[in-house]
Amino acid sequence: MTARLELTQVTKRYPGVVANDNVSLRVEPGSIHAVLGENGAGKSTLMKIIYGSVKPDDGAMLFNGAPVHIKNPQEARALGISMVFQHFSLFDTLSVAENVWLGLDKSLSLREVSESISLKAREYGLEVDPERPVHSLSVGEMQRVEIIRALLTSPQLLILDEPTSVLTPQAVDKLFVVLRKLAAEGCSILYISHKLHEIRALCDACTVLRGGKVTGVCDPREESNASLSRMMIGSEPPVLAAREHRPGGLVLQVQQLDLPREHPFGTDLHELSLQVHAGEVVGIAGVSGNGQSELLLALSGESRTAPVGSIELLGTDVSRAGPGQRRKLGLHFVPEERLGRGAVPTLSLAQNLLLSRNDAIGPLGWLRLGQLRTQAAGIIERYKVKANGPDAAAKSLSGGNLQKFIVGREIEAQPRLLIVSQPTWGVDVGAAAQIRGEILALRDAGCAVLVVSEELDELFEICDRLHVIAKGRLSPSVLRAEASVSTIGEWMSGLWEQATPEQTTPPHSETTAHAQA
Amino acid sequence: MLKLEVRPQPSRWWSYASPLLALALTLVIGVVLFVALDKDPVRGLQMFFWEPIKTPYAWGELMVKATPLLLIGLGLAVCFRSNVWNIGAEGQFVMGAIFAGGVALTAGPSTGSWMVVAVLLAGLLGGMFWAAITALLRDRFNANEILVSLMLVYVAVQVLNYLVYGPWKDPQGFNFPQTKTFESAAQMPRLFDGMRANIGVVIALAAAALGWLYLFRTHSGYAQQVGGLAPMAARYAGFSSRRALWIALLVSGGAAGVAGALEVAGPIGQLTPHVPAGYGFAAIIVAFVGRLHPVGIVFSALLMSMFYIGGELAQSRLGLPKAITGVFQGLLLFALLACDTLIAYRIKWRR
Repeated sequence: MTARLELTQVTKRYPGVVANDNVSLRVEPGSIHAVLGENGAGKSTLMKIIYGSVKPDDGAMLFNGAPVHIKNPQEARALGISMVFQHFSLFDTLSVAENVWLGLDKSLSLREVSESISLKAREYGLEVDPERPVHSLSVGEMQRVEIIRALLTSPQLLILDEPTSVLTPQAVDKLFVVLRKLAAEGCSILYISHKLHEIRALCDACTVLRGGKVTGVCDPREESNASLSRMMIGSEPPVLAAREHRPGGLVLQVQQLDLPREHPFGTDLHELSLQVHAGEVVGIAGVSGNGQSELLLALSGESRTAPVGSIELLGTDVSRAGPGQRRKLGLHFVPEERLGRGAVPTLSLAQNLLLSRNDAIGPLGWLRLGQLRTQAAGIIERYKVKANGPDAAAKSLSGGNLQKFIVGREIEAQPRLLIVSQPTWGVDVGAAAQIRGEILALRDAGCAVLVVSEELDELFEICDRLHVIAKGRLSPSVLRAEASVSTIGEWMSGLWEQATPEQTTPPHSETTAHAQA
Repeated sequence: MLKLEVRPQPSRWWSYASPLLALALTLVIGVVLFVALDKDPVRGLQMFFWEPIKTPYAWGELMVKATPLLLIGLGLAVCFRSNVWNIGAEGQFVMGAIFAGGVALTAGPSTGSWMVVAVLLAGLLGGMFWAAITALLRDRFNANEILVSLMLVYVAVQVLNYLVYGPWKDPQGFNFPQTKTFESAAQMPRLFDGMRANIGVVIALAAAALGWLYLFRTHSGYAQQVGGLAPMAARYAGFSSRRALWIALLVSGGAAGVAGALEVAGPIGQLTPHVPAGYGFAAIIVAFVGRLHPVGIVFSALLMSMFYIGGELAQSRLGLPKAITGVFQGLLLFALLACDTLIAYRIKWRR
């Protein structure tokens, strides 16, 4: 049988790095083929080569047995290759149908496009209303629009780049049903991911990349997480020891925080209440765009519009205090965006210390540069940051190493409360384990920690208590030991009132129910 | 075919070589220009690059023109590094000149030498006041500082015209639109006999040193630059963007105001409609050619001053239009921007 897609010895070099080094890949018709690898392993470059947006330096590509040289995405689509990107390319102010129309043959009318959308949607169970404006859709719905848009070109090969990173566990299951149906009809699917269990549940073939090279080709259904992980990172992920939950005094108290959105496509926060105690890690799960960034801005002091009295830090009302004042009280924050927010890209690591640390500032604001460099060198050494010394520009570091530096910078300030957003997003497995370890060590030293993350696995690994944020509201907290992935998943769609009757209904209702029975 | 390829690291070597290559390109294009105009290119280039440094007197003249450029350029470097785009230094220069002139006119034959300090302070306040209008409008109403500061240039020029055609006109001046010449107590002391260069040169060089210390050795200067390089990081750190806006505009406005004071109480000696000579705009080029770095700006101010003098010489000795100065300034900036590409990219030859 001829393969749907066959790559042989594809190489792509960028200055200073080989993104793809003699990569070969064979995708059979109707197969769901995983491309597994860490961030930076070369998955995205490879997909861009297949989709025609990047030109390889070397190598050959066969599509249905015929050699092809795809110059641009238009040519790829004409051949029958479609791609759904990790970051959606939809216009917020246009309707679903208008967005889809933009990428289609101009001969169709908007009404015909709407009809074909509804048709495809019904065929694959991807309910979405073509008339709705995109900004009113949830992230899962936006992804459905992207998939429908891809399906309308009747592709023979569909590429999905990390499609589940924005979905709740339930939505992931739904997506898998759609993908299996597509594959059964003969469409080949290239599924890019770094999540091992998903690949084992969905895919029938897998090519593993590490450092731009193929390190394994296998049938994931016959592999274990450990064996896949070995191929992906060369070792098994370290296991963190379980610990007791012994919270101390109250550190952060958020009460009835209401906050209107700052920009039209933001999220309003509604009556958010939250407590974090010394010596515990509290996690906030949720699909991004549900109010996390607004909450973090209000907690860090970057936004100072929270109602007076809504945020208390160690008994002091800090609702209107700026980041500097909160830092003096012991609040340190690791933001989600490392380059540009957590660090200034063009400045050296030593100078980046000055964003949140004041140790090297003398009288009249005089900078003690020597002390600054020593301090930076210390963090580089203690947190095993791979960098060219304290004078290396922040942007010259890999995502993981910069994150280690920023985490180190905030932890060494000996905070009373550490807030971390997406601690290991885009960070390689080794660095991620180290960062989680540092967070736990800080907790054991008696610091209060609040972690906001999209990765459920991570939250279950490091948190003592969990909240879920959905549509700007915060769920009640649940002890990690009593939480399950499926409840948290349900809560992520905003359905916690029903999910936890014991917390919302008064005690006597149980007796009533018994009486009725 | 030539192709540009991103360098893995910006080239340190090219960041120094690029201004020199830009200067070389400016020379080459200048030669072509002189030939096309039927002028002897060697004599043409002599006017620009040799005559201005040939004699001690010529050096003095070079300093006279370089002083305002250096002062204004330094202020603008602080401003631009803070991501605040003050294009109206010319207006702040004029307002500084007006304030300084107003104080200088109060001096009588018996006034003491403290008057010099008062004149300089008045210039400082005038420039700061004019820049503060821009800061206030930006801060309160989010008005675009590029447009506001630029438009205020023309307002300042009209204020100057009103004063010299009206209330401040010299009664003994044969109805010329100008004030009386300032008393010697209000004039800037000269550095050497027989030269027009005055204490402004010292003030400007001291400002360069202070500017360097402020930008690279103080926390406030660091905060200004973070605001320019990564506004989100400044917000994260808790550096106030309002504070950065005010500092940037007051520093650049104040520097331009002092330059205005030095100019009217120095080489000009009175207020006339010819006070606005374009230094405020030329200083934008000075700031960028000097890489927004105080040391670089010292050199670029000298270079730009050479162009000014060269242009005047080319006009009187070669019969070329005065616009030649602007042509050379533009050529240099254009060549520099082009050459700067080589810092981040390298040229590769491909079939």
